[in-house]
Amino acid sequence: MKHKSLSQSQQDNLAGHLFIAPQFIGFLLFVAIPIITVIVFSFQDRNLLTGKWEWIGLDNYTFMFTRDPYFYKVIGNSLVFSFGLIAMNVSLALFLALVLYRNIQGMVFFRTLFFSPVVTSTVAWVLVWSFMLQGEQGTINQFLKLVGVQGPKWLSSPEWAMFSVIFVRVIKNVGLNMVILISALKDVPHEMIEAAKVDGATTWQYIRKIIIPLIAPTILLVVIITLIGSMNVFDHIMLLTAGGPSNSTLVLSYYVYYQAFLTNEIGYASALAVVLFIVILGLTFLQWNMRKKWVYYEQ
Amino acid sequence: MSNKPHHQLKLLPKWFRRFLFYLGLLLLAIPFIFPFWWMATSSFKTYKEIFAYPPALFPEEWHFENFITAFTYQPFAKQYFNSLYIALLVTVGVLIISSLSGYAFARIDFKGRNFFFILLLSSLMMPPEVTIIPNYLIMNKLGWTDTHLPLIVIPILGSGGVFTTFMMRQFFITIPKDMEDAAKIDGLGWWGIFWKIGLPLAKAPLAAVAIITFLNSWNSYLEPLIYLSDSSKYTLPLALTGYIDAYGAPMWSVQMAATTLSVLPVLIFFILAQQQVVESFAMSGVKG
Repeated sequence: MKHKSLSQSQQDNLAGHLFIAPQFIGFLLFVAIPIITVIVFSFQDRNLLTGKWEWIGLDNYTFMFTRDPYFYKVIGNSLVFSFGLIAMNVSLALFLALVLYRNIQGMVFFRTLFFSPVVTSTVAWVLVWSFMLQGEQGTINQFLKLVGVQGPKWLSSPEWAMFSVIFVRVIKNVGLNMVILISALKDVPHEMIEAAKVDGATTWQYIRKIIIPLIAPTILLVVIITLIGSMNVFDHIMLLTAGGPSNSTLVLSYYVYYQAFLTNEIGYASALAVVLFIVILGLTFLQWNMRKKWVYYEQ
Repeated sequence: MSNKPHHQLKLLPKWFRRFLFYLGLLLLAIPFIFPFWWMATSSFKTYKEIFAYPPALFPEEWHFENFITAFTYQPFAKQYFNSLYIALLVTVGVLIISSLSGYAFARIDFKGRNFFFILLLSSLMMPPEVTIIPNYLIMNKLGWTDTHLPLIVIPILGSGGVFTTFMMRQFFITIPKDMEDAAKIDGLGWWGIFWKIGLPLAKAPLAAVAIITFLNSWNSYLEPLIYLSDSSKYTLPLALTGYIDAYGAPMWSVQMAATTLSVLPVLIFFILAQQQVVESFAMSGVKG
């Protein structure tokens, strides 16, 4: 064997570096270098079409924070979207998980139903919903009319558009959080529930006092995953509202695309992408630390 | 769910409580299931019937021509094939890269392991919007825009594969060390241990990685939107948005027919391999 001449630690180093080499080279080319480039571009005035550029120092950032008429609106919308999404998604997921985690008849069937939008392509899902929610004569409003209710313009009124986007997104993805919570609930020791029942606790009491605290780390994890996922909402915004009406659904990921590929201001778009990058990076490490704690908690 | 209604509910006969429980679940399932129903039935309706009041749960007449139009209005068959072959290539590539790299991070004690790990970790959840501008310029320089190469190369080598590497690593960490030691005594190097011991044990996480990666590629929208301009090169999600008439209005029934055709195989696969698919996603969420 040719490796016999190498010491064990030399073998380990060689094998380890060769094993990660394809991924690491890819990481350098398509993640690390692009991120550095985005940071560099964020100090330039650069146009996508003409390719012309010049150094402008911090101008993109000062414009962003002091003069861009949309930036604070974008940040506000992104916060409303993220927190609205988390509140609706996590509470619905928790409710579904509590109802469906037991091994009683039909639960697997219902889990499948609630999960099926997760595997469906976002574009297909969003197209169907934009069809059903459109204008005054969309499907949903037609059905509401049957029971004598005049529904709002779900996607084209500033008051309802954000809610509609969040709703469509929650129904699409809640199944994922549901199965994560179900797997946590299945790990709750059965004796604890039995003991609580013997003590005469009501369903609500043992859910609140026993089950929720036991799966709290998973709930937190689900919150963080949903928060990070909420930054990645381009498909929904693009196809449901395109940021409108009156910019009421203009969020950060869509705004990056808008500045880069619709107005061709890739210098400024890069500065926005840097902001997005910093937010995601912070959340990723937060999640990683919590995941470690969660694993620790399990042992 | 306070005490009182709880007890009032208990007064009802057991079969009736059970009936109410399942009825409640069915009502709750409507927003999840109805879109599929409406998508499928609308694809058989005429344009007029789509907006008819009162809305009809079944088409009055079954119009199959929407499906034919879906194929003639755009090169839909070609677009379908594009999505399929791109997703397959990306899946194979990610399986190779993620299993190798995940294995090394889990089992091999090499120099700089933690450094490389943290570096990769930083792009674990990176949305494509962050790097899309430079990636677009790079692809443009290489002359790869309006080809499928960016849709194949970037998901395999870029941040898309990082997530699945973590899934593989989390699995490989759980293999008992004595299995490796025995193999080392038999004179196997790291490649042999990976190939003969690691991979055969990793069927479940490999299947999970394959399912997640395939669906991600099959469903991706931003990247094709930015890289492709020739409609015969489109992938399905982009193609679905292309059923627009000369006045810029969506051709809803044709669009729904095409959407049905794109969603159907995935749904059938999901129903057949339901357990496996759900577990794959749960694995990616909890352990990623």
